[in-house]
Amino acid sequence: MPTTLTVNGRVHELADFDPATPLLWVLRDHLGLVGTKYGCGQGLCGACTVHFNGAAMRSCVLPLAAAAGQKITTIEGLAADARLTPLQQAWCDEDVAQCGYCQAGQIMSATALLAKNPRPTDADIDGALAGNLCRCGTYQRIRRAVHAAASTLPA
Amino acid sequence: MHPDLSVLDPVSFPPAVSAARPGDAPALDRRSFLRLAALAGGGFALALYLRGPDAAAAEPAVSGGAEPGGDFTPSLFVRITPAGEITVLAANPECGQGVKTAFPMLIVEELDAPWARVKIEQADLDPRLGRQAAAGSRGTPTHYQPYRRLGATARALLVSAAAARWGVPTDELQTPGDARVVHAPTGRAATYGELATAAAALPVPDEKTVPLKDPSAFRLLGRRVGGVDNPRIVVGAPLFGLDVRRPGQLFATFVKCPVFGGVVRSADLAAARAAPGVRAVFEVKAPGVASGVAIVADSTWRAFQARDVLKIEWDEGRATGDSDAAFAAAAARLHDAPPAGDPLRGAGDFAAAHAAAAVRVEARYEYPFLSHANLEPQNCTALHRPDGVELWAPTQSPSGARDAAAKALGVAPESVVVHMTRIGGGFGRRLTNDFAAEAAAIAREVSGTPVQLVWTRADDMQHDWYRPGGFHAFRGGVDADGRVVAWGEHFVTYAAGYDTDKVAGVAGLAAAEFPGRLVPNVLIHQSPLPNGIPLGPWRAPRTSAQCFAQQCFLDELAHAAGRDPVEFRLALLAAPAAPAPAGERGPVFDNARMAGVVRLAAEKSGWGAPGETPWPRGRGRGIAFQFSHLGYVAIVAEVTVSKTGDLVIDRVVVAADVGRQIINPSGGENQSEGSVVDGISSALVQRITIEGGRVAQSGFADMPLLRIDQAPKRIETHFLLTDNPPTGLGEPVIPPVPPALGNAIFAATGRRVRRLPFNAADLSWS
Repeated sequence: MPTTLTVNGRVHELADFDPATPLLWVLRDHLGLVGTKYGCGQGLCGACTVHFNGAAMRSCVLPLAAAAGQKITTIEGLAADARLTPLQQAWCDEDVAQCGYCQAGQIMSATALLAKNPRPTDADIDGALAGNLCRCGTYQRIRRAVHAAASTLPA
Repeated sequence: MHPDLSVLDPVSFPPAVSAARPGDAPALDRRSFLRLAALAGGGFALALYLRGPDAAAAEPAVSGGAEPGGDFTPSLFVRITPAGEITVLAANPECGQGVKTAFPMLIVEELDAPWARVKIEQADLDPRLGRQAAAGSRGTPTHYQPYRRLGATARALLVSAAAARWGVPTDELQTPGDARVVHAPTGRAATYGELATAAAALPVPDEKTVPLKDPSAFRLLGRRVGGVDNPRIVVGAPLFGLDVRRPGQLFATFVKCPVFGGVVRSADLAAARAAPGVRAVFEVKAPGVASGVAIVADSTWRAFQARDVLKIEWDEGRATGDSDAAFAAAAARLHDAPPAGDPLRGAGDFAAAHAAAAVRVEARYEYPFLSHANLEPQNCTALHRPDGVELWAPTQSPSGARDAAAKALGVAPESVVVHMTRIGGGFGRRLTNDFAAEAAAIAREVSGTPVQLVWTRADDMQHDWYRPGGFHAFRGGVDADGRVVAWGEHFVTYAAGYDTDKVAGVAGLAAAEFPGRLVPNVLIHQSPLPNGIPLGPWRAPRTSAQCFAQQCFLDELAHAAGRDPVEFRLALLAAPAAPAPAGERGPVFDNARMAGVVRLAAEKSGWGAPGETPWPRGRGRGIAFQFSHLGYVAIVAEVTVSKTGDLVIDRVVVAADVGRQIINPSGGENQSEGSVVDGISSALVQRITIEGGRVAQSGFADMPLLRIDQAPKRIETHFLLTDNPPTGLGEPVIPPVPPALGNAIFAATGRRVRRLPFNAADLSWS
């Protein structure tokens, strides 16, 4: 039975898929959306974070069956009309990334945070991003970039 | 398969350039020359070519001059077209250390072009481009001058072209930094694009005669420049090894024996072959590739799923007897007995000095194996063809990847093409190219179809090249004036396998070890434990582990002698250091530079500031220093520990002396901040344990990394600029982090933790 998956506003009809397939691999290996990263496959590192109806979700443990029919947004879908979001811009301005591999997941988690809490404290940021590992250790700059982006948003 | 140690740190291997003034030795002059090539359609390109046996095959038939060979299409460092498009090559692997930005900055500074208008292009592996590696923090000392000369030479050609066009002397011409040559007396100006074709017809000047800018004239170096890939990273555009997508690409997983060195005894592949999406299942047998079974499927997930129905019987081999418990017991036996054999080093009369010391302290320290845990699991994409193999590899040593693939396939290295992808974390892991050899061997079985080998997180954690654990037994003595007069150390470490007394390359006591070389009476022994564990370089090899034990024990001596830890260290550094031991060719160590960063770290942290009141119990700070990878670093850590033992790291202050110039302060500070987090993570939460010859951990549930809510509340980096050649920052900040933290925990709680990780220790106090 075909599965209907909506990613970044585009509707995909997927045939012949095991409904247990994690969304991550559908995105990466079938839809060519490689911005969502594989880090652990156990929902423990956050590199695969996407938005599921606006909430940050680990796509590596999200079965396709659960994602079907829902509104999925990936890192590729954040910047509308090739304009960076305030968070993406802050990530560039603060020069957050080192290797950069985790940063898509960091930005997805931070975007979900700001949508709920436009003036987060350091503790709020630490709480919302504690599930996103950065092996290079850019945490200080991540905090700074979230604050910088928040300062551009209406409170 | 072994780590590519030839590109490793200058502490264990002689650096390519003078250790005393590395950046000033123009490697370019001895080993390479510049060559100009005219571009089709006008404009020019300037390339650096290596001399010597490595590059013999790659050298162009025409040795210099402006005449391009008809079919000659080199990879080129600087390319300027008549339309004014300027492209600069990033030749080294980018794993987060920032060289894809910092090294092109060196070229662009001297070229006098506007940074925002220069396009940066990632190079493939090409022997004509000189050293291409991310290892040993050697990039900066190796490339600092030669890359500037590349830019300066291109600029000189453009200036000469303008001088010829206008009939004026070159010394009347200026390059204001906007990719133009200007003749102020007549008001004439020309863009680099307009001059490019004429410049391509000129002879290349001897690069030794091309002047470099005085640093006071730098426009770009020393400015905060964002990473060139930032705009792609923040939108999730393809960059990394796992992002590679080739037409018709398949995906592979490779199942190896969980016990190190184990081999396939028998395998039933039928069920896996029948699994959905699976295209091929086969046992891999190739030189330099571990024994195992590969599954190739139409998606990563389906390849992973088919592992569940694979039936393999392993011949587990000899390593089943290896365990942490056995290693610890063997180390304790060695430490309980007088050290056997000749000392590794000796100076003065340790026994007499120790016996006469006013204060004597003995202590044992230990730390576990560590994995690298790169967030991007090991991977490589390969396309095998009858005439060779093409690799897309996230590797810190692309030449190592080429050689490993060539060996696996039994082909000449020249038949291997290596494309360098951005790397999702290096830390030394990707100096060992086992993933590239595996990908090549797997691709041969599906020749003509590109295949991406993806390691699972468990594969990655259980088939790493681990940072060796270690066991230190110290005996120290301090005289009545607070000077360390005796330093005894018996280091139990790991051998390079079984049946050998040879210490593994990354396991020996570092030649730069301190404070041993600062003490008049020293006796150091080293005993290797036989083992079958794959050992490899882990960021700041050796010192990143050993500094914890040495600088914490030094702290014990300071406290036992009733001295302030900063004053105690400065007194130690007042004496001249012993030279590196014979045969180890360690770099020259400058006490004054180390004392400089110790003072700076103390000052910036407010240590001993006038009027300071004593800190309450539960708050503490510690200091540590280390010389590694030509860098001098001292760190002060400040912590708060609750009565129940909950640790908060309030602040970490880094003072670093890596020479007279920070190429890109944003990148440099990022390296420092990341090293602090990495150093804390390695000491606070990470641990690999060996049981039955295999790694007990399989993912981030049982081998966590430091989270943002555990990271320091504040990290400060202070660079002490001294008149010395610029050196690297990828590694030297790491080693002092764990001991600074341990010393702070002691100051806060009175608990001296001598065994890592810290979070396994009870830190409560009353």
